[in-house]
Amino acid sequence: MKSTLLSAAVLGIFAGAGTAQDRPELVVYTYDSFVSEWGPGPIIEPLFEATCDCDLKLVPAGDGAAVLSRLQLEGQHSDADVVLGLDTSISGSALASGLFTAHGIALPELNLPVDWNDPIFIPFDWGYFAFVYDTTRLSHPPTSFTDLRNVPDSFKIIIEDPRSSTPGLGLLLWIKQVFGDDADQVWADIAPNILTVTAGWSEAYGLFLQGEADMVLSYTTSPAYHLIAEYDDSKAAAAFVEGHYMQVETAAILKSSDQPELARQFLEFVLSDDFQAAIPTTNWMYPVRIPVSGLPSGFDTMIVPTKSLLFSNGDAANVRDEALAEWIAALAR
Amino acid sequence: MDRRFGTLIMASNRALVVLGWTALALITSVSFGSVLAVAFVGDWNHGFPIGALSSLRFTLLQAGISAVICVVLAVPLSRALACRSFVGRRSLVTLLGVPFLLPALVAVLGLLSIFGRSGPVSGALVYFGFQPLNIYGLPGILLVHFFFNLPLVTRLILQGWSDIPSEQFRLAAQLDMRGANFFWSLEWPMLRRVLPGAFLLVFLLCTTSFAVVLTMGGGPKATTLELAIFQALRFDFDLSAAAQLAFLQVLVCGFSVLAVALVQGKSAFGTTLGSFHNRSDGDGTWRLIADCVTIIAASAFLFLPIISILFTGLPALISGLPNSVWLATFRSLLVALTSSVLTVFFSLVIAQMLNTRQDLKTRFAEIASYLPLAISPFVMGTGLFIMINPFADPFALALVVTVIVNTCLCIPLALRGLIPAFAKARQRYGRLALSLDLHGWTAFRVAFWPEIKQPVRFSAAITAALSMGDLGVIALFATPDGGTLPLLMQRLLASYQMDAAAGVAALLLILSFGLFWFIDRGVRIGH
Repeated sequence: MKSTLLSAAVLGIFAGAGTAQDRPELVVYTYDSFVSEWGPGPIIEPLFEATCDCDLKLVPAGDGAAVLSRLQLEGQHSDADVVLGLDTSISGSALASGLFTAHGIALPELNLPVDWNDPIFIPFDWGYFAFVYDTTRLSHPPTSFTDLRNVPDSFKIIIEDPRSSTPGLGLLLWIKQVFGDDADQVWADIAPNILTVTAGWSEAYGLFLQGEADMVLSYTTSPAYHLIAEYDDSKAAAAFVEGHYMQVETAAILKSSDQPELARQFLEFVLSDDFQAAIPTTNWMYPVRIPVSGLPSGFDTMIVPTKSLLFSNGDAANVRDEALAEWIAALAR
Repeated sequence: MDRRFGTLIMASNRALVVLGWTALALITSVSFGSVLAVAFVGDWNHGFPIGALSSLRFTLLQAGISAVICVVLAVPLSRALACRSFVGRRSLVTLLGVPFLLPALVAVLGLLSIFGRSGPVSGALVYFGFQPLNIYGLPGILLVHFFFNLPLVTRLILQGWSDIPSEQFRLAAQLDMRGANFFWSLEWPMLRRVLPGAFLLVFLLCTTSFAVVLTMGGGPKATTLELAIFQALRFDFDLSAAAQLAFLQVLVCGFSVLAVALVQGKSAFGTTLGSFHNRSDGDGTWRLIADCVTIIAASAFLFLPIISILFTGLPALISGLPNSVWLATFRSLLVALTSSVLTVFFSLVIAQMLNTRQDLKTRFAEIASYLPLAISPFVMGTGLFIMINPFADPFALALVVTVIVNTCLCIPLALRGLIPAFAKARQRYGRLALSLDLHGWTAFRVAFWPEIKQPVRFSAAITAALSMGDLGVIALFATPDGGTLPLLMQRLLASYQMDAAAGVAALLLILSFGLFWFIDRGVRIGH
């Protein structure tokens, strides 16, 4: 008896807990940090379940790019009804995969610096890419890419690889949009200042916090985390006069969903105050609708770029491969 | 005679041989099958991935140099450890296991806290008016790979030193054999037998190294096949390209295994009464100083980063980690112990099978046992996903898949210790057992077990500890409440929880090493 119980327990651990089958289930694929204890997941899940009489299953599948490749692997047979967290730099490829269907929701007025009328992807938060530095170690950060191109070689930055990380891809598109055909020259000029190129944001940010480099590619809102959660005001984002490239994170409904109505209901929830109010201090990004309670204090001290840059879905997909080839050529020299 | 002894045992246990081949077939099909699965699903309209050849060149370069440096520098270190006896030597040898068990990112951050731009080494350089140390690029990759693999190779060679019969040392002393003579007649045959295998192991491990190469590499100059595979899977979603690159990787690794098999010295263990070593070649003052310097320098290099990891993580560890940590710890321990038991079982079965005969078929089987190390973990994860998805929910099987992959990856490591141990037992006690008419289980218990006990413990220890720390493929399968410790650490990092992540890293280090110590040391206490 005892051994039966034990093996049942072990089996249970291996197989994962079963789920209640009496309520409809909505499966949402998203990136890892969304569902972590510090992410928005644990806050929004009960809020949505209270209104939908359904079981919301948030499934983390790695980072944004991993979520998409997993959906592509599963194709039509995917259990997913909704995907949450594809950003604008990969939504072009997502669109081309033909896995998604129109949301059919009339968008309310959005707190986005760019116009948004995409029929498939609904934005849920956004931010600007920026180089973050430590004010106690760097008093005069570069204020433009032109500055950055002329800093001495001993000035070091850490960036992420565009092939494995969204900020990395964001920087690629940022420089491409500002400099167009001269982008490769810009990369060649800043190449000596690139200390290293990491696989993901965590590695880069970790190295930066350990004091390895003067600046790290992150978000304009990163200092808000240190300010609000750690009462540390020593981190700041360098404002670049050329403008800052944006990251808009989106949600979309899978064509293969067996719960299209519930999925639509979830997307409407994504735009609601309940969901949006959870974003700033969990994802450390801007919500697409300002919550009734306003943005948390501290967000007002973040830099506001003078110019917001963003390729449309189609353009991003078109320039991506060319920009990547230029990047590799310039840095491999 | 020897062969007859092996056959003798097996004749009574035909089933064991079948089991051996089945185990080998299993790991081969999991590793190679996953490549085939990826190839099968891929869309073969795109041609051969461009840039593959330049990434192949860099892969070979970094893995080759890493392996050479490790092997060359592990010789003096293991020799110093073999010649000298001092208080804490046993603990030091066990502690050497630590670096190998660290998750890549933890090791990188630990090393950078010492050798990075704001580490003490750079601090000293700047103080004396030099530029801070910049190790990014090939030197950084080599440094981290050296840090990871030096201890492993040292352990393997250390085993080799202790396999030289003490009678030979006494004979050498009687003949007043010194210097080069001593080296060529006693030490070189052992090195020729052990070093090629050690080289190969490090070479293969470095071939599929990903996070280290990317973080330390400094940019796209350092593009390896593994990164190209990652790009094909994630960035381009071109499965056919990923499969071709994976085939290329298998091909390269296959060739290197074959090449090494050709130069590797035959295993020849002299008979011994097994008395303790009393080496006569370490008398000179200069040798003593050199050995001391070697041991102290290596310890400083290996342990300073580890101490730094512990100290960074200690505050979070003491002030309390999130609750999810403890469940993840339990899951990690479960995975680690299950993988360890399976690995030891399969490795023993395979090793005894390989020991039975020395024909072409078994040589081929031995070479095939390296295969899992040649497969990119990304391809293995994706392939398993493709294979499981039509039949079961991959999420539900996350931990099972993790155990399978860990076992597949650890069997080649375990075999490197077990195959020579079995061969040694056969050569030393085969005839004796035969003449005493020992069979089956009795022969195994009396003749084999004493010789293989230690390698078995070491294999079990290293598998358990590695499976604690290995992120492997679980990221592709894990559910929010089903992650292991390394995955949790990754998630903490991605949520700005750097302090908690450091705490988890320290916990992981303590647990991995605790397991390793407990399993590896148990044997010697019982000696």
